[in-house]
Amino acid sequence: MKIIVTTILSMATLLVAMSFTGKPTGEGKLTIAFDHYVDDKVLQFDSVLYKNELGQSFTVTKFKYYIGNICLKKTTGNKETTDYYLINEEEPATKTISVGNIPEGEYTGIEFILGVDSIHNCSGAQSGALDPVNAMFWAWNTGYIFLKLEGKSPVSKSPGNIFEFHIGGYKQPNNCIRTVSLNFERPLIISTSAIRELHLKVNVAEILKTPTSIDLSTLSSVTDFHNATTIADNYMDMFSVLSIKQ
Amino acid sequence: MRNKTTVILLLVCIALLAFTANNYFLITQNDVTLKIPKGFPKPYYKFKNNTLSPEVFVLGRKLFYDPILSKDSTISCASCHQRIAAFAHFDHPLSHGINGLIGKRNVPALQNLIWQDTYMWDGGVNNLEVQPINPLTNPVEMNESLEHVIEKLRLNEMYAAEFKIAFNDTAITSERILKALAQFTGLMISADSRYDRYIDGKDTFSTSEKNGLALFRKKCASCHEEPLFTDNSYRNNGLKPDPSLNDKGRGAITGLEFDEYKFKVPSLRNIERSYPYMHDGRFRKLKDVLDHYSSPGNFAPNTAREMYEIGKLSEPDKKDIIAFLLTLTDNTFLYDRRFIDPFMQ
Ligand code: HEC
Ligand code: HEC
Repeated sequence: MKIIVTTILSMATLLVAMSFTGKPTGEGKLTIAFDHYVDDKVLQFDSVLYKNELGQSFTVTKFKYYIGNICLKKTTGNKETTDYYLINEEEPATKTISVGNIPEGEYTGIEFILGVDSIHNCSGAQSGALDPVNAMFWAWNTGYIFLKLEGKSPVSKSPGNIFEFHIGGYKQPNNCIRTVSLNFERPLIISTSAIRELHLKVNVAEILKTPTSIDLSTLSSVTDFHNATTIADNYMDMFSVLSIKQ
Repeated sequence: MRNKTTVILLLVCIALLAFTANNYFLITQNDVTLKIPKGFPKPYYKFKNNTLSPEVFVLGRKLFYDPILSKDSTISCASCHQRIAAFAHFDHPLSHGINGLIGKRNVPALQNLIWQDTYMWDGGVNNLEVQPINPLTNPVEMNESLEHVIEKLRLNEMYAAEFKIAFNDTAITSERILKALAQFTGLMISADSRYDRYIDGKDTFSTSEKNGLALFRKKCASCHEEPLFTDNSYRNNGLKPDPSLNDKGRGAITGLEFDEYKFKVPSLRNIERSYPYMHDGRFRKLKDVLDHYSSPGNFAPNTAREMYEIGKLSEPDKKDIIAFLLTLTDNTFLYDRRFIDPFMQ
């Protein structure tokens, strides 16, 4: 009798315990804001003069780029996504994206690519962020333009003193896809109770420096594979974590 | 009594005729079912995420033949890609676009496209679906923007209805336009020439044609590989670059010196119809092509090694090779009712 009671009791506790651990953990949501800067000043188009490392002044008239394959890192089980986003300074709504269905937990960092991976470069007609109407597509040498930075500089020898960096290419040796990996100082805690906000600083000035200081008087136009990887190596480190609101 | 039967019979005949004429151009599911011809390999373009349907095919055909796709509504895909020329441009060395502007390349035939891993003479395009963005937006071809094409189609009542029929809702997007065009061009399959029937044991060759085939297999097939008559590679076949065009071909795509002045090996199917020849249309006759191939002394620097193995061809050899090349004309394809201009039907 006693044995039966204990068995039933222990089975009941086991069941209760199982129902707790077996239950899928909750999921939360994160918004990621891309805050555009030129060094420590908030990016403004047209009117504001900035200076590169060589002291050459320039203005910015266009800034847009693709982000994809976002991965939130956790000691056990990362949250991976396969979506692409076109972040465009001209359209403020595109500068904040949101990632849903993130399992609860403490995340230690974020990884994503700047660019479009080779599968999506070869997949034919696509829609949404990857719709070729977004003018981020090369037709004659198929592939997405990963990043466009355009502006003016008095030292540029291009017509109208413009400079234009249209960077793309998914094939070696001109592969311009760059993986960005950022660690959080304190863990980002995802829970069902609140939407977290991650702010990334995107420093346009970095596109023109480290490792290669760009001299706008000699390099003012990159619109195919020539010099593209130089710029890609520069833009790789333009992201940093600005703040986490939780 | 006899008169009455004749009248009835006649009426039945007329009704039947009217019925078949009406149905002659009707595209059925069977018309858009992909049938891989005997001996052909697996295609590269598999209509993945672009399920073949009669409605989408018919829409793609309309778009192909409609000048609405060009800036001033004067040029359609079919202005440059003419059916009777196996969808090349009859007798035009360099393409002619909007406002009579001349492009820098010869219009290639469109056939067996789904077996190509890349498109264009330089292989710059990696997927059949995105190829049309080139002519649409090229200033010397159709000079349009995708946005504006979409806008024009949205304002056109016929297309509003056609897109609804094809995709079940009225949204007109670049993706739908491009996929519909890919259904139409992707089904342009040529595999019923006299050569194909000869290989299948259903036709015979003359002695000259037989000799031509044997010579072809020895001297040409290393690049123009059967049954597609291309191995999809890029080669330099000895043409000296035209300084006024200085077209670096594959080299302009890869940036590699090694690839400069190489061009995609074109298929030779329907070659009788798709003259003039080569990426810049420099040769008008097959005889001119063979004269070039048999003059190693005139080859450009960096000509492919295989080109020197052709050696000098005698005049009878040239005649036989040409006789063989003419067996690649595929009337089943050239007169296929599915590809006829829908605005003329
Ligand atoms: C002004 C003439 C012109 C027009 C109009 C035109 N094309 Fe072309 N097409 C060409 C030329 C020239 C090429 C070869 C281009 C090259 O190699 O750079 C070509 C190549 C192609 C190819 C690749 C063939 C291959 O074997 O690689 C396809 C497919 C094609 N065109 C489809 C279309 C479609 C669909 C349209 C309409 C949206 C169109 N074309 C409109 C001239 C034209
Ligand atoms: C080394 C590879 C190679 C060999 C061998 C070769 N070809 Fe070609 N062929 C090509 C290439 C590449 C082109 C396109 C060149 C261009 O336009 O620049 C071509 C073009 C052609 C064309 C013109 C096709 C068109 O649509 O414009 C014909 C016809 C032709 N070849 C026939 C032959 C014959 C016949 C032989 C054998 C006597 C032969 N080829 C051997 C590579 C080769």
